Amino acid sequence: MRTIIFRSIAPFLTSLMVLFSIFVLLRGHNEPGGGFIGGLIAASALAIYGIACGVAAVRRAIYYHPIAISAFGLFMATLAGVLSMFAGVPFMSGLWIYPEILGVELALSSVLIFDVGVYLVVVGAISSIALGLEEGDRD
Amino acid sequence: MSAAAPGTTFIVLMLPFLAAVIAPWLTRRLGHNAAWLLALAPVAIFVHFLGFSAEVADGGFVTGGFQWVPSYNVSFSWLIDGLSLTFALLISGIGALIILYSGGYLKGHDQLGRFFAFMLLFMGAMLGVVISDSFLMLFVYWELTSITSFLLIGFDHTREASRRAAIQALVVTGGGGLALLAGLLVIWNITGVSQISLLLNYGDDVRASPFYLLALLLVLGGAFSKSAQFPLHFWLPNAMEAPTPVSAYLHSATMVKAGVYLLMRLNPVLGDTVWWETLLPLFGGATLIVGTLLAIRQTDLKLMLAYTTVSSLGLLVMLTGFGSEHAIAAAVLYLVAHSLFKGALFMVAGLIDHETGTRDVTALGGLRKAMPITFFAAMAAAISMAGLPPFVGFLAKEEIYYALWATNPWALAFVAVAVLGNALMFVIGFAVAIKPFFGPLVKTPKAAHEGPVLLWLGPVVLGVAALIAALLSPLTHRFISSPMASAVAGRAETVSISLVPHMGPALILSLVTVAIGVVFYLALDRLRAGMAWLLLAIGWGPDRGFDQLISGLVRLSMVITRFVQPGRLDIYMTVTFLMIAAALIGPMAWYGEWPSMPVWPADAQFHELVVIAIAFIGLLAVIYARDRLTAIVSLGVQGFAVALIFMLFGAPDLSFTQFMVETLAVVILALVMTRLKLTSSDHRPTGRKLVDLSVALACGIGFMLYLLAVTQQPFNTALSEFFAAYSKVVAHGTNVVNVIIVDFRGTDTLGEIAVVMVTGLAILSLIRIRSLRSGEIADNDPDQPRTDRYGPEHLGPDQTGKVT
Amino acid sequence: MEALFAVLVGALFTVAFYLFLSKHIIRILMGAAILSNGVNLLIFTAGRVTREVPPVIGADADVLAANAANPLPQALILTAIVISFSFFAFLLVLGFRTFQKLETDRSDEMRLAEPVSEPSPPLGY
Repeated sequence: MRTIIFRSIAPFLTSLMVLFSIFVLLRGHNEPGGGFIGGLIAASALAIYGIACGVAAVRRAIYYHPIAISAFGLFMATLAGVLSMFAGVPFMSGLWIYPEILGVELALSSVLIFDVGVYLVVVGAISSIALGLEEGDRD
Repeated sequence: MSAAAPGTTFIVLMLPFLAAVIAPWLTRRLGHNAAWLLALAPVAIFVHFLGFSAEVADGGFVTGGFQWVPSYNVSFSWLIDGLSLTFALLISGIGALIILYSGGYLKGHDQLGRFFAFMLLFMGAMLGVVISDSFLMLFVYWELTSITSFLLIGFDHTREASRRAAIQALVVTGGGGLALLAGLLVIWNITGVSQISLLLNYGDDVRASPFYLLALLLVLGGAFSKSAQFPLHFWLPNAMEAPTPVSAYLHSATMVKAGVYLLMRLNPVLGDTVWWETLLPLFGGATLIVGTLLAIRQTDLKLMLAYTTVSSLGLLVMLTGFGSEHAIAAAVLYLVAHSLFKGALFMVAGLIDHETGTRDVTALGGLRKAMPITFFAAMAAAISMAGLPPFVGFLAKEEIYYALWATNPWALAFVAVAVLGNALMFVIGFAVAIKPFFGPLVKTPKAAHEGPVLLWLGPVVLGVAALIAALLSPLTHRFISSPMASAVAGRAETVSISLVPHMGPALILSLVTVAIGVVFYLALDRLRAGMAWLLLAIGWGPDRGFDQLISGLVRLSMVITRFVQPGRLDIYMTVTFLMIAAALIGPMAWYGEWPSMPVWPADAQFHELVVIAIAFIGLLAVIYARDRLTAIVSLGVQGFAVALIFMLFGAPDLSFTQFMVETLAVVILALVMTRLKLTSSDHRPTGRKLVDLSVALACGIGFMLYLLAVTQQPFNTALSEFFAAYSKVVAHGTNVVNVIIVDFRGTDTLGEIAVVMVTGLAILSLIRIRSLRSGEIADNDPDQPRTDRYGPEHLGPDQTGKVT
Repeated sequence: MEALFAVLVGALFTVAFYLFLSKHIIRILMGAAILSNGVNLLIFTAGRVTREVPPVIGADADVLAANAANPLPQALILTAIVISFSFFAFLLVLGFRTFQKLETDRSDEMRLAEPVSEPSPPLGY
């Protein structure tokens, strides 16, 4: 598996896939996509990187422990729900603001925060599983 | 009473429980002298209830309480009339003496505080039983007395005999309590009222109901088990394993009378029918005779007393069953008298045991000089028990004979039973009170001397009370007997017997009783030997039966467990899947609602059919795969086919997700499988294969039919239309699937991602265990050798064979 | 079209249950993977099948087009896929660990929780 070609291409492939996953995540509200799919794509990207260059490299690259990322995602998703309680509406109601940054109207919402949370949970959990199994492969 | 009464009465009812809470702490501080302080609680209760006596004596009654569950008309309420007042006075009065006695009896015991707490808990429960107006409250307190009795009998829990006796008492009386609950619910159902004070107006309705017999039998089940009626009497003598204060209080003076209380309480409602007047005297009479005969057999002071308690309870039940005016008066008087003399005698027995170190009547003698106060109390109690003047027991016995003789001539058999029973009790009473005290001094394990004041106070007070109650009989009748008899009879009654005996048959019967008693007393040793021989000849008793029942239950449950839990996954799976298939196909077959035969979809396009065909091929390949790589790839094939189906039928989101998941699944499956030295193919014996296949097919066809039936119903689009209409307008998103996931059903998704995260965590820890300890995990049971648990020699004969 | 899907769902369930009845844990695991596909497809079909039009609202419309697919089952299935995958992974690792510990992959040889020679309960008090 660890041929020179694969090892050279893998970092680029991984970055592309991660980028694509973020694109899928962000467009998810209006086009096919979303947190779950995006998360799975990113997790596969990390798995490929792991197979090509070793688990240690992946762990260095993502810096945080995958489960920590997952937990942070869960925290974000919960926070997105709690946010609406401060606005006086029931838990998990969507809140929207439309700030104009550099002349472009951006649609920001608690729903987006929630979807990012979903993305992080899936990336963290799945890549943790994949990395754990790959690591086990070496011993 | 004044308006403040409800609150005060409630506090008084809770007082024993409060005292129970502080008892251990107090005992740690003061040792056995805490008894003096703790006895204040029952004394306060006694004084409080004494305050009701004037009103009750004038024929009134007091009710009070609070709504508990208003929607079901369940209340926490009490009823204080002649019956409950007498019981409350006995419970609190004797209770105070018993608490003091316990302090002396268990002086220096390291769990005295716990003992006090249990005793006070019991007192609160017992008080609740007799004071309850509401059925449910009665039941709760009733079972609470069973539980506290369990705790007290098993107080010395290091001995197996104690544990057995405690379990036996709990099973018998607790089980009876359940019967009582059912009986009360039946009565509740018949009348629609759940309060005793209201129920008394519905006696005719209950008696006329077709469910009368059911209600009666259930209530009798509760009362007979609690009051140790034959053949459920066996638990009471065994309960003598408890420390003597418990025997004196629970198992003679109060708790065992709860059954009698219940019968008396329900007499106006359930009584006055053929069933009532047949069942109660029959069981009561049998209990009376059996109890006394078994008592003759014993040499242990406590056991002798215990069996006479059984017979006294039988006498009370018998009298209650007759239900005539004088029978009730007799029952009331005998109940009070019995509580006084039997409590006293038990305390005397405990006192002798405590001071001499033995309570075997054949090993005792000549204690009169060494223990004069005890002797005095014992004699007073025994005379009352024998039914001789001038004690209250005499009044009771006179009234019994008068009542039995007066009811009707055919009751002659019961007269004979009563005479025999009383004569035998006469014998036992004096055997307990005279044998240990007269004759030459017998050497005992401890040198005999008088006990401390804590120990002799109780029996002396009870003995004196029995004397005063008889001497001042008009006062006793006005405040105790007459109101209580009125409550039992359900109409105003006046009890008038005094120490001047009834002339006529009753007096003759008394004389006969005494004569028989004296003869038997002189022949006691021979009688005892005869009974011992007889019991040995019979060999079997309900006590043995209980053991056989319990061990039978254990064995039965073991057999059932082994049957339903054979410990083999494939059996569990087969049963589960058969149930699934039955649940799916059964209702369709039962109601004949099969889905109609579908027509071939004319619009099915070629590429769609190809994709579905690929899925089928993948499935078949998974089953027929010879090696694991083929199996994994085939698994992937059917997964990707499903993903394609999602793509073709308007679900791109699902399709992408499915693709990703299938890829990852194949990758990790390959990662794990390459390291497993697994049997690569799935050979099953042909028979097994056929069974598995038919079970699986049944389930598969079930699901297919179910899905066909569902899709042939008209589709309810309400929910989908809601999402279609509001997704953009309200939630500002055009991808409806995503909007549902993150917005409309966001809380749901939150839970789901939490599951995903926790699964990740669990997997991580599973992997970690391995890498930390290289293939060894903590063993749950290190004592058992490995082969005992999963060695091949324990496999069934049909699997030990070849594993290819 | 639903009838064809029903047959496919039936086949998925049959194969999954047939694999479940195997004594080899790896077959049971594959059964679990197939079962989740079967359940997903069951929900999908029960929400009725529409061709090719995804449930996305057009730029010039406020509500979903009438011929679009039913979004509700899709939303349910989407999360179900991810969850069943994580469970599949969990089962896989669990099965792997069991294999390592007990050195067998046959379910009828795994008698740790319910041993064959289970002692009788005590008959005393």
